[in-house]
Amino acid sequence: MSVPTKPEPANALTNEVSNLDLATSEKPYLDSNELVINMGPQHPATHGVLRVILKLDGEKVLGTECVIGYLHRGVEKIAENRTYTMFNPYVDRMDYVAAVSNGLGYCEAVEKLLNVEAPPRAKYIRVILTELNRIASHQLWLGTHALDIGAMTPLFYTFRDREEILKIFEKYCGARLTTHAFRIGGCQYETYAGFEKEVENYLAFLPPKIDEYEALLTGNRIWLERTKNVGVISAADAIALGVTGPVLRASGVKWDLRKAQPYAAYSDFDFEIPTGKNGDTFDRYMVRMVEMRQSLRIIEQAVGRIPEGPIMAKVPKVIKPAVGEIYHSIEAPKGELGYFIVSDGSTQPYRVRVRPPSFVNLQALDIMVRGMLVADVVAVIGTLDIVLGEVDR
Amino acid sequence: MSYFGSQLSPGVAGNQLWALIYISIIFAGVSVAVMAMNWLERKALAHFQVRLGPMRVGPHGLLQPIADALKLLLKEDIIPAEADQFVFWIAPLIGLLASFTVYTVVPFGPSQAVSDMNIGILFMLGVSSLGVLGIVMAGWASNSHYPLIGALRSSAQMVSYEVAMGLAVVSAILMTSLNESGTGTLSMIEIVRAQQQQGIWFIFKFFPLGLIAFVIFAIAMVAETNRAPFDLAEAESELTAGFHTEYSGLRWSLFMLAEYAAMIAVSSIAVTLWLGGWMRPFPNALSAPAWEFLFSLFPALTFGGLAGIGFLGAARMPSHSFFKIQRAGLAVFAALLGLLALLLLVIAIAGRNADNSIAARFREGIDYVYWFVLKVAVFMYLFIWYRATWPRYRFDQLMKIGWKVMLPISLGVLIVTAIVGVIVK
Amino acid sequence: MTPGMAPVATPFFFYLLSGLAVLGGVLVITRRNAVHSALALIVTLLAVSGLYLMLYAPFVAGVQIIVYAGGIMVLFLFVIMLVNIERTAKERQFNRIWPAGVLAAVALLGLFVSVYVKGKRLFPDSNLPLPETSNTQQIGVMLYGNYMFSFEIASLLLLVAILGAVIMAKKRI
Repeated sequence: MSVPTKPEPANALTNEVSNLDLATSEKPYLDSNELVINMGPQHPATHGVLRVILKLDGEKVLGTECVIGYLHRGVEKIAENRTYTMFNPYVDRMDYVAAVSNGLGYCEAVEKLLNVEAPPRAKYIRVILTELNRIASHQLWLGTHALDIGAMTPLFYTFRDREEILKIFEKYCGARLTTHAFRIGGCQYETYAGFEKEVENYLAFLPPKIDEYEALLTGNRIWLERTKNVGVISAADAIALGVTGPVLRASGVKWDLRKAQPYAAYSDFDFEIPTGKNGDTFDRYMVRMVEMRQSLRIIEQAVGRIPEGPIMAKVPKVIKPAVGEIYHSIEAPKGELGYFIVSDGSTQPYRVRVRPPSFVNLQALDIMVRGMLVADVVAVIGTLDIVLGEVDR
Repeated sequence: MSYFGSQLSPGVAGNQLWALIYISIIFAGVSVAVMAMNWLERKALAHFQVRLGPMRVGPHGLLQPIADALKLLLKEDIIPAEADQFVFWIAPLIGLLASFTVYTVVPFGPSQAVSDMNIGILFMLGVSSLGVLGIVMAGWASNSHYPLIGALRSSAQMVSYEVAMGLAVVSAILMTSLNESGTGTLSMIEIVRAQQQQGIWFIFKFFPLGLIAFVIFAIAMVAETNRAPFDLAEAESELTAGFHTEYSGLRWSLFMLAEYAAMIAVSSIAVTLWLGGWMRPFPNALSAPAWEFLFSLFPALTFGGLAGIGFLGAARMPSHSFFKIQRAGLAVFAALLGLLALLLLVIAIAGRNADNSIAARFREGIDYVYWFVLKVAVFMYLFIWYRATWPRYRFDQLMKIGWKVMLPISLGVLIVTAIVGVIVK
Repeated sequence: MTPGMAPVATPFFFYLLSGLAVLGGVLVITRRNAVHSALALIVTLLAVSGLYLMLYAPFVAGVQIIVYAGGIMVLFLFVIMLVNIERTAKERQFNRIWPAGVLAAVALLGLFVSVYVKGKRLFPDSNLPLPETSNTQQIGVMLYGNYMFSFEIASLLLLVAILGAVIMAKKRI
């Protein structure tokens, strides 16, 4: 058997595969087992329409390439043809799991452009709903991540508990998922009668449930073996790639926009930023669990003392910001969600560029799965907590 | 019938007719058990996951397995284009044969087995290892990369855990030799008799040695049958789907049948070797006739309890016209269970004396079978519980556990058991 | 311990099992498909195990199933399937020296016939099989008593073979 040269696969795959670096530096001793495998876009575990091309050596992953764009809907282009108010419902559809955060980021960005500030009552309502949404997003993440690793039961528990949050959203603004909760200048809807009571009930309802999730997973040896030292990313790599959110915090970098650049009413509240040590999947899991509890803490501080007052600032009927540009970012559940809006003085924005956290975090996939086994790729995609609606827009 | 009074299993007594009758009873029983296991798995998993499971097909989904079987029978039989027809056809049959042949030696009672081979346990281990061949052939005959890799992984896993299983079994066999004559036995019925003579279930013998051996076997048997948490080869969220990807309809249901039958078979091994087989709890400590009578009421009480739950369920159904027929069906089912309970009660009372009358022999036989099946049912429930609770292991972690953890521990248990056995004598 | 275990239909089972064994053997060498050959070999091994049973050696029969049919044949199938994934091409027969083969086969046949004819002298009746209930015990006593040394040497040989295989298959790091 002659030592084989590097095979030249003659299919369309090689044309798309650009940075996969099919040439290995060392000459293989025996027949090399390198294999290029395609995962997706239809796959039970890629959380949406994501296509991952894996270059494998037997079971070890040598490199990956993600092919995205299957959910691209041209949201940013649409923004150029809608007025600022008309574009508001569109942003919910990007990260459809945490729609409230998307709306918050957009409204605050336009408010900054207009130089108005939402009244304190609106800010408090915004914080409460956004933190509830953070919990809901983390619950969905936990259920699907555990399911990918094989534990099928936490999915049902987290979805059952998420229902309560969605009920609150439905009562508040009529929608469960794509809420369109906020308006430019404040909130449109006043809190409904019983809002505080229901939120306080939820604050009492959730902590034992989080304990239940942890009882199922945190101490479980199988869970630990599947998540410890899997998908490690160092703090330096994370910062270099621009990774934000729980992924960054799990690598040890204490960076949270709610504390670093406070927006809405976050500076009024006292909460902690959890960080991890190793930057592996288990740390990301723990960071998100602690974040859920900290969100409860924020809501608890907020719901008791929502200030009275108007919920809408004085915003002109036709929103025509002055010529200029603004970049405003918030801490969405998945990371730093930023809006860069360029206004040319008309009623429609000249350009809206969204910095989605999942898009930037997905770049870390390559570093995280090198040297891991194929079964870990699924776990790492889950732990990055990506939503393809946001990645592709 | 000349066989009827003997204390031997029909195979040993040489009675072919009764052997055939036993075989058909066991075959029917195992098939019904597999269907019940299918229903229980769906219901129990659902209740673990805060849902209800099948509720529509029959009251509380009791007819769901029948509907599933019908659906699978009526499905189109798809055979991959380049597949090897003969091997594709024979693979599920081999799996099924291997899973069902072991029931020849499973001891439901001291004479309630088809035959009592004096290599009983060896036979069971050997024939269940033939099931691996079925999986390998299924993966290969599908003529597709992913089933082949899944099949090879499955079979590598099964073969690895067979080693630990075998060593755990050997330590239990070793304990059977701790009697006066100093000879052990491989016969299933004799193993339970040895536990009876030594007055202790082997799980408690030389505590904690028996327990460790039992735990090793319990883990290895889960891995042997490809169940969670060792079910990587069957999981959909991994890259390689399982060996039965290309099988549809009836062929797939044969695999499922083989898997459940294998689960029941290895649970029977565990029950026979460590949990005292057909013996009721405390046969020597609580051996007064009153205790005997009390324990002999258990089968009737169990079915009575089940009937009661059935009636309760029927009473609690919503009073809507749709549920009329379901309520009636559940009530009828519960009534049948109640009749069975009544029958068992009559037999228990009629045969309460330990003479050799027909009623007494019936009662004894039923008691033996009842305790055996009860213990096996506990294991079945544990299988489902494991699946609902735990994530699954990665394949390399699985193999690492099989070779680097289970094998040394079972070797160690074997050596220590032998040393302790020699010392005690 | 077990009365009434009279043998039943011995000639029928003997011919059935030997016929299966021979048929399996013939299929092994005539099938083109390697997997079919392996399956036929499994049939042969199971038939031989049945023959052991008929010779009142149940332990050997059980071990034959576990080790040969359940272990070694699985290994064979692994290798065939991993190495031979593409369809086996029709290989040209390359043995030009078939007269030598026929001669060897005839010699072997002659050996078998002579053993059969003179068999009674070579295997006198006093070596009738022992009662089957003690087959396991007898094997154990022999293996760990008289032949202990050879047993240990055999296991050492196997260990050396395993180590050699692992070292040869490891990739260079």
